[in-house]
Amino acid sequence: MNAIIASALLGVLMMFASWIFDNEKTHTRIALVGLLALIVANVLQLNGIYSIPLDTKGMLSFTQFGLYVNTIIFILTFLYVWLNGDEIAKIGNHAADFYALFFFILCGASILTSFNNLLMLFIGIEILSIPLYILTGSDKKNLNSNEAALKYFLMGSFSTGIFLLGITFIYGATGTFQITSPVLNPATGMVREQLMQSAGLILIFVSFNFKVSAAPFHFWTPDVYDGAPTVFTSFMATIVKATAIIAFVVLFHSQFKALGYAWELLLTFVLIATLFVGNITAVFQRSVKRMLAYSSIAQVGFMLFALYGATSFATEGILLYIMSYSLASIGLFGVLIKMKEYSFEAFNGLAKKEPLLAGMTTVFLLSLAGIPLTGGFFAKYYMLNAAVQSGTGLWLVVVAILFAAVSVYYYFKLIQAMYFAEGEPAIYEVAQGYKYKLLVFAVLILGLGILPNVFLSYLYF
Amino acid sequence: MVLLSILSIPFIAAILLLFVKHDEKANYVAIAASGITMALSLNIACNGAANFDTSWMLSLNARFTLTADGLSKILMLLTCISFPAIFIASAKNEIKNRNQFLSLMLFTQTGLLGVFLAGDALLFYFFWELALIPVYFLCSIWGGEKRVAVTFKFFIYTFLGSLFMLIGIILVYTHTADQSFAIQSFKQATLTFGQQLTAFALFFTAFAIKMPIFPLHTWQPDAYEQSPTPVTMVLSAVMVKMGIYGVIRWLMPLFPAAFSAHSNFVVILSVIGILYASFIAIRQDDMKRLIAYSSIAHIGLMSAALFANNEIGTQGVLIQLFSHGVNVLGLWIIADIIEQQTGTRSLKEMGGLAKQNPTLGILLVGFAFANIALPLTNAFVGEFLMFNSLFQFNPWIAAAAGVSVVLAAIYTLNMVQKCAYGEVSEKMNKMQAPNVPAQFVLIVLFIVVILSGVYPAPLFDLTADTLQQLFIK
Repeated sequence: MNAIIASALLGVLMMFASWIFDNEKTHTRIALVGLLALIVANVLQLNGIYSIPLDTKGMLSFTQFGLYVNTIIFILTFLYVWLNGDEIAKIGNHAADFYALFFFILCGASILTSFNNLLMLFIGIEILSIPLYILTGSDKKNLNSNEAALKYFLMGSFSTGIFLLGITFIYGATGTFQITSPVLNPATGMVREQLMQSAGLILIFVSFNFKVSAAPFHFWTPDVYDGAPTVFTSFMATIVKATAIIAFVVLFHSQFKALGYAWELLLTFVLIATLFVGNITAVFQRSVKRMLAYSSIAQVGFMLFALYGATSFATEGILLYIMSYSLASIGLFGVLIKMKEYSFEAFNGLAKKEPLLAGMTTVFLLSLAGIPLTGGFFAKYYMLNAAVQSGTGLWLVVVAILFAAVSVYYYFKLIQAMYFAEGEPAIYEVAQGYKYKLLVFAVLILGLGILPNVFLSYLYF
Repeated sequence: MVLLSILSIPFIAAILLLFVKHDEKANYVAIAASGITMALSLNIACNGAANFDTSWMLSLNARFTLTADGLSKILMLLTCISFPAIFIASAKNEIKNRNQFLSLMLFTQTGLLGVFLAGDALLFYFFWELALIPVYFLCSIWGGEKRVAVTFKFFIYTFLGSLFMLIGIILVYTHTADQSFAIQSFKQATLTFGQQLTAFALFFTAFAIKMPIFPLHTWQPDAYEQSPTPVTMVLSAVMVKMGIYGVIRWLMPLFPAAFSAHSNFVVILSVIGILYASFIAIRQDDMKRLIAYSSIAHIGLMSAALFANNEIGTQGVLIQLFSHGVNVLGLWIIADIIEQQTGTRSLKEMGGLAKQNPTLGILLVGFAFANIALPLTNAFVGEFLMFNSLFQFNPWIAAAAGVSVVLAAIYTLNMVQKCAYGEVSEKMNKMQAPNVPAQFVLIVLFIVVILSGVYPAPLFDLTADTLQQLFIK
């Protein structure tokens, strides 16, 4: 509860900040302090010290898992703003407005990690999505940005409609929005209601696939990620996507797990399609930004493995996955922002000119590719383990690793450009402080790769 | 604790080297670090058992366990002898950014030692991948003309293989009684025959790519040719042994039923590979490619003898793991000296090495004899045992594999003839004063070749415990 209320209040506060203070640097500082306050508020509840007493009539439930996810997401956002503050200030007129939007997104995220009721889920998703449409279009004079925002908005609204329809069906069948109330059992329930319930669940499934950009509902992703200002792409592709995935996993690990017969076959199809489309298309990209957009689709393919088993491997794994994936992607986008152009050739010879920057980019890429010693390895490891343990066909895991090998191809293309190609990299001057900030990301990724325990043990205390 | 220091000394030296910009000092650091590791490994090999165990990842129940039994020791010894030898032999080579090069080499050594010493499946996988990353950079930065594409092929091949192994590890892990990655628990895992077959296939793919077994060998000749020669030495003397090590360490004890079910299939593949590689080697003009194909043939024989699944063959392989490493290292060092001084690898352009540099000529002949496993050389001991086991397995297969001995004699002696004898060619005329440190290394290696050929008993003693575990329950 703390996080939801605090983030909403902070969002309003941020809007007034631009009115009071004129300096953009100050806005960033206020946002950072606000985020810290948000983290503290959430940790207070996580440790059971204090939480705002408010009866939600069982519509929200605050679990250890959900609150821990909140903490991770807030810390990631903090790191993101800390790294990208200057870049955010360059876009639009008032950085504070964007920060306000961030806080609203975090409010939606906090609802998504604690919903117990389909309506709350719907509200959470909407609070999360609407600020994103604005962020996408925030580069007002850029046609691509405008197009992306419109596209995102239209497609997003459409998927929202589907989501609502799904909820309606389920309500019609069961008479409740609560996800904890028992579902209609195929053995006892009536046939028509069962069908309605399954249809509703499938509609929700489809809509969620749209939100997390899983194929074949991914078509908006490359255009939106490419058109949006790079700093905001970084935010959307990581923190927002991570939250949506968590909500997805929580919902389908609930009572609806029992309806697996209705959606697990679909999931298998979506998973393979996502891995296929994401990886194969990424191979052919010439722009690093678009490559990252497709790679983010491909990574979703791996995250979806968490839906299979409701084991501790699946929940721990998805946490590790969002941590390592978000850190690596924010880092990579952080490097990308400093490039004059986004082609692979622009990175030629970067290792000679900026050895530290190239080294850190390599760590980010290795993590995305899932090479040991980086967080990405354990993330993938847990996902595969969850799938093997749940007993879903081993062949699916084999397919997944074949695509993981494909992903090595495009991630290493960038490493090859940086280290083995001659040329002058098209990069702006990078301040020393910025590099050290990126170094924090790289160190965190290596930390996740060597001692993932440290990050996961929190779940059990 | 000794095992941990063997692992950490090269690692620390590798980090240190990044800050040593001076070439000569970098050489000293690398040679000193690898020398100390060699001394430590000799100490462990002589003094019996050593273990190290500490918790690593609690929630996964994976431990940081290092163990050294006979199999581990013999490969640890090979690794720890190879690296100082390579560093000394290549001390005079021209290498850009030498400190980075040496640093990556030492990282490779850490990875390799980790693979050979790990007593925990996840740790094994961890090091298995780690050994690959520095090699990728070494080959892609310092290699030949086509280096980037060739190294990438090599990388993707082995990476895919190791991912398959990872699934295999997960599969066995889920069937262990105590949900642990320790090798003891893995051995006691209850797998049905079907599960054994699946897990066997997953593990085997990784090892077969690494060894490599025909038809998965296509990455190897290119990678050997394009890598800078010191890296080629690591690849062929030590790194290919990872595959064979994996078979002995994991496949044989974990999936005995699946292992014997597949032995016919793999033995036949291996023999095809031996003959295929031998015939190609005969046609090679490039010295590096010739040695590469000859190495494929030798490894093929080792895998055939392993999958014959009898005690003699495994004993032969355990000895040959070490012998082949030493022999091929000697050949590569000679090839490297010739290339560095004359600028060619083509046998057509060579001739008269014995006149220009008699010592090197004699050493070439000596290592060539070891390569065809003449009696008195170390390879004879191992190959004799291996052929013996193949004969027990199936006389026809032994006969087919036996042809490779004749073929090996043809290509090796052909190489010696073209390189060492005849008129002094134009290129060979460029041979300058002998490369003293490299020749010193060669002489030491040659003494090892003869010593272990005449008196192999210490090697048998060293590996006795592994053999006992595998064949006497």
